[in-house]
Amino acid sequence: MSSVKSVLIVGVGGQGTLLASRLLGSAMMDLGYDVKVSEVHGMSQRGGSVETYVRYGDKVYSPVIEHGEADIVLAFEQLEAARFLPYLKKGGTVVVNTQQIDPMPVVTGSAAYPQGLLESIRNQGASLVALDALALAEQAGSSKAVNVVLIGAMARCLGTEQEIWLKTIEKTVPPKFVEMNKKAFVLGYEAEA
Amino acid sequence: MKELLLGNEAVARGLYEAGVRVVSSYPGTPSTEITEAAANYDEIYCEWAPNEKVAAEVAAGASFGGARSFCAMKHVGLNVAADPLFTMSYIGVNGGMVLAVADDPGMHSSQNEQDSRNYAIAAKLPMLEPADSAECCAFTKLAYEVSEQFDTPVMLRLSTRISHSRSIVELAERTELPLKPYEKNPAKNVMLPVFATKKHVLVEERTLALAQWAETSGINRIEDNGSEIGVIAAGSVYQYAKEALGDTVSYLKLGMVNPLPEGLVKKFAGLVKKVYVIEELDDVIETFCRKLGVPVVGKEVFPRCGEFSQSVIRKCMLGVEPEIMQVEQPIPMRPPVMCCGCPHRGVFYVLKKLKVYVSGDIGCYTLGASAPLSAMDTSICMGASVSALHGYNKAVGREAEKKSVAVIGDSTFIHSGVTSLIDIAYNQSNSVVIILDNSITGMTGHQQNPTTGYTIKGDPTAAVNLEALCRSVGIPNVRVCDPYNLKEMEQAVREELASEGASVIISRRPCALLKYVKHKPPLRVETEKCIGCKSCLGIGCPAISMRQGKAVIDYTQCVGCGVCEGLCPKKAITAQEAAE
Repeated sequence: MSSVKSVLIVGVGGQGTLLASRLLGSAMMDLGYDVKVSEVHGMSQRGGSVETYVRYGDKVYSPVIEHGEADIVLAFEQLEAARFLPYLKKGGTVVVNTQQIDPMPVVTGSAAYPQGLLESIRNQGASLVALDALALAEQAGSSKAVNVVLIGAMARCLGTEQEIWLKTIEKTVPPKFVEMNKKAFVLGYEAEA
Repeated sequence: MKELLLGNEAVARGLYEAGVRVVSSYPGTPSTEITEAAANYDEIYCEWAPNEKVAAEVAAGASFGGARSFCAMKHVGLNVAADPLFTMSYIGVNGGMVLAVADDPGMHSSQNEQDSRNYAIAAKLPMLEPADSAECCAFTKLAYEVSEQFDTPVMLRLSTRISHSRSIVELAERTELPLKPYEKNPAKNVMLPVFATKKHVLVEERTLALAQWAETSGINRIEDNGSEIGVIAAGSVYQYAKEALGDTVSYLKLGMVNPLPEGLVKKFAGLVKKVYVIEELDDVIETFCRKLGVPVVGKEVFPRCGEFSQSVIRKCMLGVEPEIMQVEQPIPMRPPVMCCGCPHRGVFYVLKKLKVYVSGDIGCYTLGASAPLSAMDTSICMGASVSALHGYNKAVGREAEKKSVAVIGDSTFIHSGVTSLIDIAYNQSNSVVIILDNSITGMTGHQQNPTTGYTIKGDPTAAVNLEALCRSVGIPNVRVCDPYNLKEMEQAVREELASEGASVIISRRPCALLKYVKHKPPLRVETEKCIGCKSCLGIGCPAISMRQGKAVIDYTQCVGCGVCEGLCPKKAITAQEAAE
């Protein structure tokens, strides 16, 4: 079972976490692994905190990732990285978009957006890869490509080559957006942590 | 060919490969994608029905006609479809009939956590439970063989983790089947008491035959790992057990959860010293074992509530909990919210302002119960807003009618609000019903419905005229309002609360996430004008937040709906263009 890799993808509903998990799942199936991807649909999509699990290896049983089991937590937003830190394995890596999106309790003033989250995550002993995916996405041509930038950063953390991903993007993205998404992917892959 | 399919997509693939011809469903998380995926196969006739009862009856009719038929629903949808299901159990099938029901342990997107296995027992129907996408496809095909061999509808039980997990499925070709000839046979198909009495005896005999099949068909299997510990499990729970315990225990993996195999359970119990029954929600398998006199460990260590996982099993069986990393800062919750530009927002803002009692329903707009709108008093089930408002008003009296409304979505209204509205008209309460018509079934991810004018395939069709429908059942006051216009909406609600006779206000504006909806440019806050009064935060729009004491609008999220504009006392919220 130790041969199974677990990637937890978290973010805010509407950020495109589902696309990230599907791309990862399909790339790993193409590489010959057994794969399970668990998605969240319905109520949780409406701007709430969302989580998607991707697990691959020789043989995968459970589709879910539990506390202390994720090799990588890919977070589309800082607060969500902190929320899901307990899922990270000792020695695991957090890949985080530094963007901050206020949840409703912060908007209404009943809670404050916590400060110093990245330092806290590092202090807990997690490896941290932090990047401003929104800025990189805009550099690539669209703020909507945040997810593809982050997939790029994750792809490097997983130790995978760019080629298989660029092929997967070509296969799954509508033709007119392919170049922009490839650029976003490369910017994420090559981003300074 | 191999594909990475959702459990739901794999069920649809099974339908295709089994030669199914007719599918009728009502959307419901986590079952929706089965029917959406089935609609992509041209060989299968697919439709969205107005509700689950209609869908199950359409499938029953198609079975009478000799076709393999299917309907899918979420667990609470089965409550709606239960009436035809219980009697179809007596009637049996001509063409094979399968009903898939998707439970939601953990309530990811549901109002309760009922365990559908109890329905299989109560309706005396065979129920299969797959444990991954490959089994979703295989068991769907097998279900049609069981259905036709034993003359019974077959239930396929799914759960959120099976429906919404992707795993690898080997695809096969479709087997095209001819329609079975229809033969008139009232003793089989007309459930008059005289015929039903005889059929009930046959149903009991059928259950015995199915139990025998459960022993020998291979759908239930023993994995003997030579351990002193044995685990009985089905579905996703079997996967969690394999993850947590690996080959350190032996397994009785159940693929059929009703009827259960007495012989296999006894044989398995004889192989090990201690048997654990691991099952989410109710103690169905455990109770069966105890009735057989097989001692098992079950709900005394495993919870009855919530979703299981490998860590639940490790904790309950082994007492092991992982060490975790945690940041020291408190992490605020991030509950789901209405989307930017959601047409429901304006309605709930007005209802909160008017301090009325709001009888709520099931859909995206149930989020109107959350802060800061907090404008919903009750929510039970599909359609209940309308009838429960009527009951509330009858109980509390005439004064209550001036301070209470029901809110219900267009799809939910068609599902089961219409009969409730008839009750209001027929039994005369001066109730005010607001139909939140966003021109789509929103919560489940944009399905067409009888009000939208399009079928599941996107073809144009007849559309229910809500205004005419409400008038025709006897509602005297019917009006249409734009929820982006807060003043108009407030005036409409005030007037209808004050008016004599029952009222329906149709709040009409398409869901902001629909592709054809054109968005206006994002709005911005002129910082120098903003006094930080937070009036604009009252609508709970996720695009608006406070930074350094001033309101800020996130231009990547804002769709320019303009609802916040009217709330600013300093006119600090303006369109981007005007400000530049």
